[in-house]
This record gives sequence, C-alpha cells and structure tokens, in this order.
Amino acid sequence: MADGGKVVKRAKYKSSVKVPGVPGVLKMTRERFYFMPNDPTLTTKLNVEFKLIKGHKFSKEGSSKQALLNLTQDQGGNYLFEFDSFPDRDQCRDFVASAIAACGEVGKATSEKPAVPHDEQLSATEMGRRIKLLQENSELQKLHRQLVIGGTLSEAEFWAARKKLLEQTENKKPKQRVALKNDMWSVKPLSDGQTNRVTFNLTPEVIHQIFAEKPAVRQAYLNFVPGKMSEKEFWTKYSRAEYLHSTKNIVAAFAEASEDEELAVFLKQDAMLASEARKKIRRVDPTLDMEADEGDDYMHLPDHGLPQVETKEILEPQYEPFKRSFSQYLNQHAAVVLRGRVIDVELGDTRSVAEAFTRTNQAELANDVSDENAYRERINKVTRVAEIEDLQGPRDPPVALLSIKDPRDYFDSQQANAMKALGDAETGIRQLKFSVSKEEAFCSLKDSISEINSQGLIEPIISPEVALKVFNGLSQNISSTKYHLGKNPHESVLDQLPSATKNELLLHWTSIQELLKHFWSSYPITTKYFYTKVTRLKDAMSQIYPKLQEMKESVQSDMRHQVSLLVQPMLQALDAAFAHYDADVQKRSAKSGERPNGFV
Amino acid sequence: MTPVSSKLYADDVSLLMVLIDTNPYFWSSMNNNTSFTFSKFLSHVLAFLNSILLLNQMNQVVVIASGYNSCDYVFDSSTSSMQRAECLLEKLEDFVDKDESLSREESVDGVGFSLLSGSLSMALCYIQRVFRSGPLHPQPRILCLHGSPDGPGQYVAVMNSIFSAQRSMVPIDSCAIGSQHSAFLQQASYITGGVYLKPQVSDGLFQYLSTVFATDLHSRGFLQLPRPVGVDFRASCFCHKNTIDMGYICSVCLSIFCKHHKKCSTCGSNFGEARKQDPSASDQRR
Repeated sequence: MADGGKVVKRAKYKSSVKVPGVPGVLKMTRERFYFMPNDPTLTTKLNVEFKLIKGHKFSKEGSSKQALLNLTQDQGGNYLFEFDSFPDRDQCRDFVASAIAACGEVGKATSEKPAVPHDEQLSATEMGRRIKLLQENSELQKLHRQLVIGGTLSEAEFWAARKKLLEQTENKKPKQRVALKNDMWSVKPLSDGQTNRVTFNLTPEVIHQIFAEKPAVRQAYLNFVPGKMSEKEFWTKYSRAEYLHSTKNIVAAFAEASEDEELAVFLKQDAMLASEARKKIRRVDPTLDMEADEGDDYMHLPDHGLPQVETKEILEPQYEPFKRSFSQYLNQHAAVVLRGRVIDVELGDTRSVAEAFTRTNQAELANDVSDENAYRERINKVTRVAEIEDLQGPRDPPVALLSIKDPRDYFDSQQANAMKALGDAETGIRQLKFSVSKEEAFCSLKDSISEINSQGLIEPIISPEVALKVFNGLSQNISSTKYHLGKNPHESVLDQLPSATKNELLLHWTSIQELLKHFWSSYPITTKYFYTKVTRLKDAMSQIYPKLQEMKESVQSDMRHQVSLLVQPMLQALDAAFAHYDADVQKRSAKSGERPNGFV
Repeated sequence: MTPVSSKLYADDVSLLMVLIDTNPYFWSSMNNNTSFTFSKFLSHVLAFLNSILLLNQMNQVVVIASGYNSCDYVFDSSTSSMQRAECLLEKLEDFVDKDESLSREESVDGVGFSLLSGSLSMALCYIQRVFRSGPLHPQPRILCLHGSPDGPGQYVAVMNSIFSAQRSMVPIDSCAIGSQHSAFLQQASYITGGVYLKPQVSDGLFQYLSTVFATDLHSRGFLQLPRPVGVDFRASCFCHKNTIDMGYICSVCLSIFCKHHKKCSTCGSNFGEARKQDPSASDQRR
C-alpha cells in the first residue's frame, strides 16, 4: 500500500520498547505522518509534521527482534513504532528518511533567501556566527546592545553593514568545477597477444576530449553519423586511424587512406587546426620577436628538445599530409586543457557534445570578424614600435619657461603667516624708523670689536639675577608648551581624560558613526521603508546630541576645552545629517503633490 | 683639519656652525634703542663658544659672519692657527673692513638685511665637506644668531638652504636677538627639527645659549627643550595676503590666490581657455 506520495502500514505505537503498544495504522505523506489506533476510543492519535522530526533510528534485522522504527523529535520526544515485518519497516524507514531530508532542504532554502531587510528567519549557523563575532569583539557587542536591543536598528540592518565580517568567519568552500583531465589520451591499444584483435576503450569523457582536441574528427562525426555510417562504425574507423598512427608507418597509412576516403579524413593533418594556428600566430603581439626567442630554445634542438619520435626518413611529398608531430599534438592538448570546459552538455550524448563544440567555435569565429579593428591597431603598433629614429623630427615637449617676476611675493605671504602664528603682528609690521650713514654704522661695529679686544670679556658675563630670570622664563615656557596638546602625535588628549569620560566619548563616537553610516546609506529615499528608517535614525541621533552637550559641561574646567574640541566634530557631523534630513523633508513635502507614491 | 682617523667620534661630539649677524645697521639701531651692544653680544657668544669647546675635547666650532654685503668664515677651532678668541676678533675686524669696502650705498633705509642665505649656504658647504671626510665625523648642527629682519629677496635662496639642510639631516637652531621674530628662522628650525628661540631678556643671552643650545644632538632626546607652538601651514594668498584654507593655485608656479584670476600675477601664465570646458582644469582647487 505505497505510492510515491504516501505510505500506509499497519504498526503498533509504543511509548517504550518493553510495553506491548497500541495497534493501529500508520500513514505517512510528504509533509506529516498520522497514526490512527484500531480502537477509536483510544486517545493515542498522532498527527506530526516531519519538520519537527530530527532523525530516525531502527532496530537491526534479526529473527528474534522486533521491527522497530524510532522517530526523534526536535524538542527531545520520540515516537516508537513496531511493524509487523521488516520489509514493512524498511519501506517506512526509507520514506521517513527522504521526507526529513526534503523538509530540511525547504527550511534551509527559506533561510538563505537574500536578506530582505525584515527580520528574516536565520539558520542556526548564521546565528552562531553572529554570536561568535559579538563575543569576540566587545566593542561590537556594546554597539549591538545599544542600537539593536535599544530598537534603533533592526538585527538585519545591523548585520547587513557587516556582511564582510560574517563572510570572513565563514569558511565555506565554493563548489569546485572539475577541469579537463590533464593526461593525454594516448591510444594504447589493448591487444590480447594471440589473436589479431586490438581493443580501444572509448568513454564519454574520452570522446569529449577527442572532440575538443581534434575539430576535424568532430566535423567528420557531424557529417558522417548517422547518415553515412553508424556511430560504432565511425569510432571503429577512428580507432583504426589512431592505430595506424601509433604504428608510425606513414607509408602504410597512405596506402590505407587512398583506399578509404573516410579513413583519410582521420589520417590527414587537421586542416581546421592548421587554419586556427595560423590565425593565432597572426594575433601574436607584433612587437614580439619570435626569431630572437629561438636562442632560448633547449639546446637548439628542433621540436623544442622533445625526444624525436618520428622516423627521420625522407618522405615523398605525397606522404607529407600524413605526417604528424608530437609537439603539435602536445600543444593542442595543452591549449584545450587550459581552456577548460567550454561546453555545458551532458557527456552521454555524443552528437550533442559535437554540436555544442561547433557552436562555441562559430561564436569564436564571429568574434574574429569583429577583430578587424584590432588588426588595424596591431598594424599601428608595429609602425609605432618599429619607428626609425633618424627619420623623425625633433619632438620636444611644449615648454613654457617659468618666469617668476618677484620672489618677494612668496616671502610676503609666508611672512604674514609666520608673524600671525607667533602672535606679534604689531612688531612684524612696525618698520624701524632708523637711518644711519654707512661710515657711522661700520665704525661703531669696529669700535665694538676693538673694545672687546682691549677689555676682554665682560666680568661677570651674566649676573645671577638675570640668569634666574632666564631660567624661570624658560622653564615656564617649556611647561606651558606641554599643554599644547594634540600637536604631538605621541601623546593623545584622550589619555589625559578620566577613563570614564574617555570610554563614554569613544562609545558615543562609534555609535554616531554607525548611525550616520546607516543614515547616509538610506539616501536617496526610494521606499517607505527607508523613510521610516531615516526617521528612526534621526530620532536616535537627536537623543545623543544633548548627551554630548551634557558631557561637555560635566567635565572639569581644565579638561573642558579638550573635550569640546573632541566633541565638536561629532556635533558637526550630526548637524550635517540633521540639515540634510530637514532639507529632504522639505523637498519631499513640496513634491508630494506631484508624486504621491513616495518617489523622490 | 687635524687627522680624524685616530679619533673615535662618539655620538655626543658636535660640530657647531655658528652664524653671527654682523649687519652694521642692525647693530647701530640696537646701540641706539637698547643697552645690548655688539660688544656685549660678542662676549656672550665667545663665552658660549668656549664652553662648547670645553664640553667635549673633540667638539668643533666654526663661526661664519653674515654681513651686509658678504659673509665669510671667521673662526674654525680645528685649524691650529686659529685657536684663540683674539684670532676670531682679528678676523672679524678684517671681515668688517672688507664688507665696508664692498658697500656702495652711502646709507640704508631702515636697518637693512644681512646675508643669511649666503652664510647658511657656506655652513652647509662646510658640513658637506665634513660628511665627505670619512665615515666618522662629529654631529653637525647650525646655530643662527640673527637679528636683522628677513630679506624678502633672499626668500627662495633661504628656503632652498633650509630644504637642503633638512635633506642632509642637519638641524638649524635659531636665536632671534633682534626685537622681532624671524619667519625664516622659525621655518628653518621647524622644518629641520631644530629649536627656535627669541630671548625675552637680551642681557641673559649667554644663559639662553648655554641652557638651550649647548646640548649635543644625542642628549637632546632626553631634554625638554622649548618647542614651537606649531607652525600654521595654511598659505596666504598672493593677491590680498589673507590666510586661506582653500583657494586657487597657478599650475605653473604654484602661486596661491583666493579668487580666480585670468592671469597669474607671479609668472604671467594665462588661465581660462580650458576653463570653458572644465572649471578646474587649468587651476586646481586645493
């Protein structure tokens, strides 16, 4: 009695393993399960959602044991059923397992919906991450307590600004895309040694690789299958061609190809590849000198130092198209692996794989056509780089000579400034009214020198009173400069404040920053939601405002100046926000007549 | 110079370059207005120089006189022939004579300017020579004893000297002995990390010198020397000399204006063609 959607089985509901239990019917659907006792008077009816079921246990199969199924509930309770037979139990168990899994997925899907700024339902892991962050960062915790629990910001808003923090703690690995296999599918035919049979193993993965590396094979597949030959014939032919190649008998290959034109397709060199290679070479930066690179080659060996696998015999020109170089194959393989999986098709269907490849190729070709301009650019580049210097005219940058008429201008602006800084603008401006002739001036100077020459130094050089005065002046000056705080980055004003004030200041500062961040990010107001949020934020900020004023007045007089200096920028930032809010409200009220649905 | 290879220069050995202001007009005005004469000044300075030489046997003192028309070395303690103060005075007299002979004008309006830029350059040249004398050398510093007002014509030269001193990590200490502050020296000391001081009591010059400027560079790290309140780095505009926070800058000569002009008044560059497309193309806002 079971179909895909539900299972109905005879079972006994038991409160524990030992008791005989209530016989009845257990019915399970995708969402919930019901239990109806045979005796309708009993009250042990059950109707439980699978959402609430966390897991299930079951007894092992054995002759002497009961067929038990135990469903554990989220909150800790459990439901124990005994079935008549083990197959019955197993069917129920499988159904339960899939039902629980389905419920879990649905639950997860709802919690992972992009955060609509409403209180979304959170998965336990997300919640745990947030709690962990709060525990690790006490500052964040304080802010969270004040703003979220205080009701200014919703939980979602608070965390929306900190997605990065959350993501850092998350160490989920992105799902990895499997790249192409790096090993080359070298056709190692399996021969059993006795008969002449040679076996090739072709898997969808290998076919994918062949198609990616050999466009000619892909083209041939699309042309021949299924019109001219069956898929099996096609691959047999291909394998034969590969076998011929592996024997390295070019002459034999030529002979076979002249008999069978389809086989010849595989044996000849890939024309599509060749044209693609030519195109690529044309796209190489023209300034790259490939000739010059030849010197870097491995010991100047042909074929880049790869061991020579080809026979060195001289071939007649008719065999030329059947020659294949190992390095060509290696390069093509590397290019394909590096490009990665370009098609997104199930590997099973060979035809669709081939078609998908052709489509991507055509898209690339279309790109090439639009590369006409790029070609012209390359030509330009060549001419620019390969410029012959002798033929160019002198190319001096246009220069205007700097002529400063009067450096006095610079001086005056500096002087005015410096005098202002030193606080004696009067003496700076005052011109000494003084005039003396040259002889007079120099004579008095020389007199002074000869005076000291004849009399020696003044004895004593300095009187004790003057020295004391100087000392007092200097030490006062020095101790007063100590109070010019904030000029020295090493001593912070904050450190000199009492720690309570300091903490309060810091807290206010962080919360104001948080509020302002949310405030400004809500503009322009496009929805009702932003409007209410901005109003809420504005109210919270206007509550902080008087607190700052209060704090400024509460501190001691000698600290008040410093505190007000610190508080000033906060107040300014808040004022700017308020001004913006008011202006916006005015604009909206003016516009509201024209646009009633709240768009700015 | 005496052979230095055998000497072991510790970090507290100083090379002190002292620039003394010998502008005769300035000193005449000092004679008239205050009791602080050149001879008093000289005796304070000589006592100070002697105490520097006594502080450390390997200390070296060089005195450069910045006159009205020229400047010259007048004393070098490392030269054996000039060991005594008499030599300094003798050389100084010669220097004043020479300075007088170079003078062309009969009288000067005001007190004139002394050649601060020249003497600063000479001091820096001397220091460069000491730097090149070998891996071991005394720690050089410059002390400007300056009284004349700042000469506007020397602005660029003085600023260049200041920057080259900053580059070679030579601090410029300055002591303004005149009645006014010196913006040059204030900037010089601020930029090079030296001390700027304007003594309140002229007669106590020696005390100021020995208290503030005598300590070597190494010991300065442990002392609390008078520091400037801070230099206002805001520029003032060239057109009205107002201090401004934001203004226009000539993209050619970096002159600062508070209003937009069609032509730079300093270098004559024309603004305006690019302005039609973009108001901030030719002269950027600060």
